[in-house]
Amino acid sequence: MAEAHDYKAIGTRPVRPDGVDKVTGRANFGADLNLPNMLHGKMLRSPHAHARIKRVDVSRALAMDGVYAACSGGDFPTNERTTDLAKNCMARDKALYHGHAVAAVAARTPYIAERALDLIEVEYEPLAPVLDVDAAMADGAVLVDENLRTNGDASKPPSNVAAIVKFERGDVEQGFAEADVVVEVDCRVPTAHQGYIEPHACTATINEEGEATVWCCTQGHFDVRSLTANVLGKSVGEIKVIPSEIGGGFGGKTIIYLEPIAVKLSEMSGRPVKMVMTREEVFRATGPTSATHCRAKVGAKRDGKITAASAWLAYEAGAFAGAPVGPGCMSILAPYDLEHFSIEGHDVLVNKPKVAAYRAPGAPQAMHAMESAIDDLARELGMDPIDLRLKNSADEGTQAPYGPVFPAIGFRKCLEATKAHPNYTKPKAEGTGRGVAAGFWFNIGMQSSAEARLSEDGTVTVVEGNPDIGGSRASMCLMAAETLGVPYETVRTHVGDTESTGFCNVTGGSRTTFATGLAVVQACEDIIAQCKQRAAATWDVDVEQVDWADGQAIPKPGVNVDANPLSLRDIAKNAGRTGGPILGRASVNAQGAGASFSVNFADVKVDRETGKIDVLSFTGIQDAGTAIHPAYVEGQMQGGAVQGLGWALNEEYIYDENGVMENAGFLDYRVPVASDMPMIDTQIIEVPNPSHPYGVRGVGETPIVAPLAATSNAARDALGFRIADLPLSPPRVLEAIDNQADA
Amino acid sequence: MEGYAYARPTSVAEAIGVLQADAASGRRSQLLAGGTDVLVQMRSNDREPRTLVDVKHIAETNRVDIGDEEVFIGAAVPSAVLNENAQLKALFPGLLESADLIGSTQIQGRASIGGNLCNASPAGDTIPAIIADGGICVIAGPGGSREVPCEEFVTGVGHNALGAAEFLLGLKFKTPASGSGDAYLRFIPRTEMDIAVAGAGVALTLDGGGACTAARVSIGAVAPTALLVPEAAAALIGTQVDAAALAAAGAACSAAASPIADKRGTVAYRRKVVGVLCRRASAIARDRALNNIGGSQ
Repeated sequence: MAEAHDYKAIGTRPVRPDGVDKVTGRANFGADLNLPNMLHGKMLRSPHAHARIKRVDVSRALAMDGVYAACSGGDFPTNERTTDLAKNCMARDKALYHGHAVAAVAARTPYIAERALDLIEVEYEPLAPVLDVDAAMADGAVLVDENLRTNGDASKPPSNVAAIVKFERGDVEQGFAEADVVVEVDCRVPTAHQGYIEPHACTATINEEGEATVWCCTQGHFDVRSLTANVLGKSVGEIKVIPSEIGGGFGGKTIIYLEPIAVKLSEMSGRPVKMVMTREEVFRATGPTSATHCRAKVGAKRDGKITAASAWLAYEAGAFAGAPVGPGCMSILAPYDLEHFSIEGHDVLVNKPKVAAYRAPGAPQAMHAMESAIDDLARELGMDPIDLRLKNSADEGTQAPYGPVFPAIGFRKCLEATKAHPNYTKPKAEGTGRGVAAGFWFNIGMQSSAEARLSEDGTVTVVEGNPDIGGSRASMCLMAAETLGVPYETVRTHVGDTESTGFCNVTGGSRTTFATGLAVVQACEDIIAQCKQRAAATWDVDVEQVDWADGQAIPKPGVNVDANPLSLRDIAKNAGRTGGPILGRASVNAQGAGASFSVNFADVKVDRETGKIDVLSFTGIQDAGTAIHPAYVEGQMQGGAVQGLGWALNEEYIYDENGVMENAGFLDYRVPVASDMPMIDTQIIEVPNPSHPYGVRGVGETPIVAPLAATSNAARDALGFRIADLPLSPPRVLEAIDNQADA
Repeated sequence: MEGYAYARPTSVAEAIGVLQADAASGRRSQLLAGGTDVLVQMRSNDREPRTLVDVKHIAETNRVDIGDEEVFIGAAVPSAVLNENAQLKALFPGLLESADLIGSTQIQGRASIGGNLCNASPAGDTIPAIIADGGICVIAGPGGSREVPCEEFVTGVGHNALGAAEFLLGLKFKTPASGSGDAYLRFIPRTEMDIAVAGAGVALTLDGGGACTAARVSIGAVAPTALLVPEAAAALIGTQVDAAALAAAGAACSAAASPIADKRGTVAYRRKVVGVLCRRASAIARDRALNNIGGSQ
């Protein structure tokens, strides 16, 4: 339940400042910028999942009327320091997945550019592709990268396993020996895409001095700047990045694909170049999250006390190292207070697109495995799954499996709220199943900057550098209004470009409302400090004798001065006479991002003749810390739940034996449509984060973590047996039902 | 998508003239009704120039005539218009439901059952429903009009029986007798905005005692073209359309299906589910027919 507090702005639900432009179509997204003389760039992509590139010849394309530039890997700096990201943006000696960029052209129209692609000659030497973790980890597997050695250990032979990570405590063998009941789950979760509706898009221009400007949709324009500089061998000072509005990202727009190519084509042609991906390109060539193979094992005493847990995780990284297996390992046992555990994770290369972040990267897959096992354990023990979790739950003072000791956390409150929730206490309907699962995400802080500028009429413009994906402008305005003691409507928040605001890390890790919010609060406190000085000067008192309350400077009680309060508006109006414009600033490297726990539960019904699972109800309960804008917190909880449900039920990359994705479009990559979903009921638990002035925790990622296991557990309940793998698509479910009937 | 010419004939003769001129010059003609398939196809890397011949401004393709003997539905009448026609909905609820399954509300303002038929997708939802209802394709051409039973109209994946200078004018149905009912069901993994993994259309007529005197069953998405399944109809005719008859009809559909395995479902899955759909659609058609016994529709 919400803590008692007397906030005026925080906790209210005003309309978002960017809403009108978005619903009326005025807002400009990645593909909306057009410049005079602009060309259109298109990418030629590898038709092979794995091939050596022997030769690329763009001369015939360049000779075509209307074509102004063409480039390939040889046009970009290539040496031993060339990053994976650079090779992902444009292949060098090898194409590592079907759809890997191998060349690009810029032409007068998109149609000419498409035709020009047909004229580019590429000589490939096709190689056998390696397409899943089991094949990639097998002895004698084809190597995606012949120079890759596990954990960089030069004494080891080359391998597709880029890294092995381990977390251990106690003696897991002893723990399992002490258990009365041990259960084990072995499961696979497919590749899933973030499914943002807006495809990647950018427009770039560069002048003769080598100064480039890039307009693009991104979750972090400072990262676009540094990554583009890296691929092009430029300094960040030579690149300006201006973020557009963003039509969804969910982690997938924290890296780059097009920007350095567009800059290169602009440099070659002397004209601005726009590049916009098709939906098919988004599926074939941008980073989804990892397909995984996980094994989870958990043992307990008859009374439900867990004595040991272990996990083995293998994550597809795609063609370059960097699967989110570390966060998967960190999350998998975080809800529990355990004496003995071991977790081993593998980051495995395969000939598929390089994975990118997707909402709580790595946690949904890992926790699907362990929360399925915990559910089976509850069945074996005959315990309510909430009671089992309550008996073992982490709480304030518990050491997290990944090291730190938790400060105040809300997991027990989420569990208790579940037990009391009307959707949980009501009996499930005939023929339906109910499943419960826990979710967790640690959240991050990192670097943020903000300015708060006081205008002459007392209104305030906040400028910060985090693209607004989930309503963060509204949250910034609310925190600024609360701090300054002014109405929400008098504050506007502007997302500045790389030259008009201080450095901010990406909008990711659920960090923006926490870390950038902290910077905004401090920038507003800076304004207050300056306002108090102006008031002190006006009243001819010491600044220590001035207080700030309800948006105005007042003399402290007992200060003997005949003075009327000075409002923010009064001080703004007279700023010219008291020292000039008032500008608040702050920059932070925010520490203490609060972990956010959740409990989700679902009721499902299975059509036993078609295998179709309908989700009848779904409830998300989550510790959000203080909910700055509760409607947007609920929106995050609902949106994450829908993405998790889609992944649980139908979403998957389907590949043929050559590594070609067969469902590269929204028709056959089945995200849920609105009518597939029940109303997602939400309950916000507010355990304030002690490391933030208003108690903010990251909110946006935790909601996708628990739905996979909650759905799987509900299906287990309805079916009477478990289908361990996802998605629970109709053909898989019907086959399992038929096999069960035959058994 | 490359440049294209656009013709908007307002009469049958004018349309045929455009088609003949293109045929004579070797230029590709593309018939266009609502465009909900054609425009998508043009945008997905089909770079060849062509003439779009828009047939939805011709009176005959926009007519809906409901007579005592016959019903005519113009080829370009949008699904949304069909579904607002209460009389038509009472006569062919299954056919109209099949049209209502295709696309979103906005798409249905343009999409037509004639277009769905000409597009000749194996998974076209209205096709099994039209076949079950005994639809006859009325085709306009240089030599006048000709008629082809719907089950013979689609000749392969993306191919239909139209000649170079012909176009589909509309569909003709016998006005259903008292005691008739139809139904169409498809299976998709979602609730809407998807393509059939399998589909089944059923139309049947019951006598005063509830015995089935006539039936047609057609299945979709389980073969290169929608199939008429006489064995399934035979399993229903002469019965009370009881559980045993429904099971036999379903089994006949599963047997008749020759699906492929693809990203949307395995052979075994489609075979099984098409039988389930036939059973369920037959039961709905039966219940509708029972409600219509004795009544003039």
